[in-house]
Amino acid sequence: MGGKLLEVHNVYKVFPGVTALADVDFALERGEIHGLMGENGAGKSTLIKVITGVYQKDAGTIVLDGQEIHPTSPLHAEALGISTVYQEVNLLTNLSVAENLAIGRQPTGTVGIDWKTMNRRAAGILEKFDIDIDVTELLGNYSIAIQQMVAIARALELDSKLLILDEPTSSLNADEVEKLFKQMRRLKEQGHAIIFVTHFLDQVFEITDRITVLRNGKYVGEYATPSMTKLDLVSKLMGKSLDDLKNFDSISNHVETGDDANLIDVKGMEKTNYMNPFDLKVRKGDIVGLAGLLGSGRTEITNLLFGTQKPEGGELHIKGKRVNLNSPRKAIAHHLALSPEDRKQEGIISGLSVRENIVLALQVKKGWLHNISIRKQTELAEKYIGMLSIKTSGVNQPIETLSGGNQQKVILARWLATNPELLIVDEPTRGIDVGAKMEIQRLLVELSKQGMGIVFVSSEIEEVVRCSNRVYILQNRNIVGELLGEEISEQEIMVRIAAKGDRKV
Amino acid sequence: MKGRQIPRIAWPLFALGLILLFNLMFTDSFFAITIKDGHLFGSLIDILRRSAPTLIMAVAMTYVIATGGIDISVGSVLAISGSIASLVVWGGNTQYLTSAGSQYYAPMLSIILIPLVASILLGAFNGVMVSFIGLQPFIATLILMTAGRGLAQLLTGGKVLNFRHAGFEFVGRGYLFGLPFPFLLALGVIVLGTAITRLTPMGLYIQAVGGNRSASNFSGVNTRLVLLFVYIFSGFAAGLSGLVMTSDITGADAGFMGLYMELDAILAVVIGGTPMEGGKYNVGGTVIGVLIIQTLTTTILTKGIPTEYTLLVKAIVVVVVLIIQSNKMREVMGKRQGKMMVKGGSAI
Repeated sequence: MGGKLLEVHNVYKVFPGVTALADVDFALERGEIHGLMGENGAGKSTLIKVITGVYQKDAGTIVLDGQEIHPTSPLHAEALGISTVYQEVNLLTNLSVAENLAIGRQPTGTVGIDWKTMNRRAAGILEKFDIDIDVTELLGNYSIAIQQMVAIARALELDSKLLILDEPTSSLNADEVEKLFKQMRRLKEQGHAIIFVTHFLDQVFEITDRITVLRNGKYVGEYATPSMTKLDLVSKLMGKSLDDLKNFDSISNHVETGDDANLIDVKGMEKTNYMNPFDLKVRKGDIVGLAGLLGSGRTEITNLLFGTQKPEGGELHIKGKRVNLNSPRKAIAHHLALSPEDRKQEGIISGLSVRENIVLALQVKKGWLHNISIRKQTELAEKYIGMLSIKTSGVNQPIETLSGGNQQKVILARWLATNPELLIVDEPTRGIDVGAKMEIQRLLVELSKQGMGIVFVSSEIEEVVRCSNRVYILQNRNIVGELLGEEISEQEIMVRIAAKGDRKV
Repeated sequence: MKGRQIPRIAWPLFALGLILLFNLMFTDSFFAITIKDGHLFGSLIDILRRSAPTLIMAVAMTYVIATGGIDISVGSVLAISGSIASLVVWGGNTQYLTSAGSQYYAPMLSIILIPLVASILLGAFNGVMVSFIGLQPFIATLILMTAGRGLAQLLTGGKVLNFRHAGFEFVGRGYLFGLPFPFLLALGVIVLGTAITRLTPMGLYIQAVGGNRSASNFSGVNTRLVLLFVYIFSGFAAGLSGLVMTSDITGADAGFMGLYMELDAILAVVIGGTPMEGGKYNVGGTVIGVLIIQTLTTTILTKGIPTEYTLLVKAIVVVVVLIIQSNKMREVMGKRQGKMMVKGGSAI
């Protein structure tokens, strides 16, 4: 063991108008798990894509196993022994799980594909991850988490020298992450090397041996994981002093509560096989956190409130008046806003510019007869680009070319532009870097101080604790508890979520 | 740096320019325009006149494709519209059909309005199928493509309906301000479409629905209404095309009118740079696309090339245009630009 498996030297990558990588180095030892970290736009994804042949570098060298390589496509990189799992699942949801696991190397019998062997092998592969599912079922019928695990299992089975995991844990729950880590450690023992890209600090410290940090397309440094503290790492990532971080914690811990009148008051809202009856209240200036495990009903509540799912029972009062919201249009008319969980599917509209993405919901609110002129749209977009410090080359840049964190800010801008009284945010910081995360948290706190009611959903308990002045605890599609002010702490929430522990369906 | 990007519309324009250049060099008096009885005449004017029916359809098709959809029923809707128009001219009475040439005086308004209303209803049918029932646009409009042609033939009883009607003939053959009336109608459709998409948020919504329908829903866009609109507009345009064509040939041949015209319309949209996956559109490009197809056809005819070659030559030109403006080609061109930039950068 030991010795360099991959060495990247002085790599440059230039896109029209942007230098994505400038003089970047990266070295990977055999048998190590190496964390690659950086803020949005730091160049992590670009570096990964240069290594996997999606992009071609403009200058520099990549040496794999002592030989210089020039990967020209992901397929080429795979042939060289580099396999990759991307953040967004890129398997074929219209094929069965077994077919996905066997693509390109289907076992053949006397006549065509040997389906029995294929299915048996697939089940065997998944067994290592303790995933017991019907492998003949279409992949698309399973949750994103399962799909992600299948993608990882497939990459691990390729038996490559180098495995790249690009934010594989964003949609996994704690159990699933543990299973993934177990497999990663097994591979490491066998001498494989893994590049692990993630935003979860805990995970980096748990699993990696060394960490390379990039910032703004430049190499910051390489560090042995045990020699660092979390605060060290965060300050390297952000290029900011530690005082800033502490400072932030203190403002957000003192969220002021508004007057006692309810902005919205939900009683017994439900939908069969979707969400059990629940009560929920939000006052002006509240940040109400929803805490629970994946699938506990967090997102379900947001959809029922916003009319993207039609409730079958219960009452919704907005400022004391009973209303029936059965479409997002109606919710918008009642000054509600929802930044949805799935940014790619439900949030951004690719093809449209940053400007058009920002004005869309406001245009809907204004109606068919009040067209917002291009000049007004530009003003509006520029205002929010400045306010949320969105990194873009201009208002007309296509949104799909922005980094994840900046896309998320555009979605927030879309809703802030409608001047909502209640803002529902579902995982607004998922898959984005520490810096942008804190900016968004700070923004939410600021908005609540101005009197906006906020419903805040996040799978990171720390974040919920930091921002909320009331937290509802969810279990199995039920609200099972409520914490107020001083009662809110990570431990308390964990205990409440785990309480009873009965996972009845 | 951004200024270096070549706009998509440049390539179709370039192709049209090449065809015109060919004619400038090899076709006598191709560019000659004469004035006769206060009307403009010449090959170029002829191209404008003949391209009108496809142009009307293709403009509406642009919006359909921008939503990520497609409407392959327009040829059949055209046939239905033309058949109805002929029937109205005949007072709905075809049993005395003997000889063409006699003059009929059905009221103009009914000859125009009845077919257009029918076409709008057919478009609405497509729209409902796509937006409310949730059928795939190709399948939804395939239904009307096949059934519609049968319906047109049923309406005309399988006969070719010829007629004379001085007023109605103006629609397809008349001149106004020295220009062919069908071309002015096409301009009217372009203006109408542009007005609806620019003066209301419809243009933004069409692109939003094409870019990501689910996210548009989450943003409150009434995606069903948007889809319903583009198919209704497409039906209306196909109906208007049918009126132009029927009036021009003073008759309706339900079996063959507008056959395969949906393909020309779709082709024009694609040549014009509107991507089939939706999310963006370029009406100007579509206009150029239609003109390329028609200029090519006219060129082939005036050069006396046997008509058997028409489709082949058309296909070659279309393939070349599509390759030039394909993403792959743009990528290659972009890379060359990128390299130039790096060199330029290091020189500083």
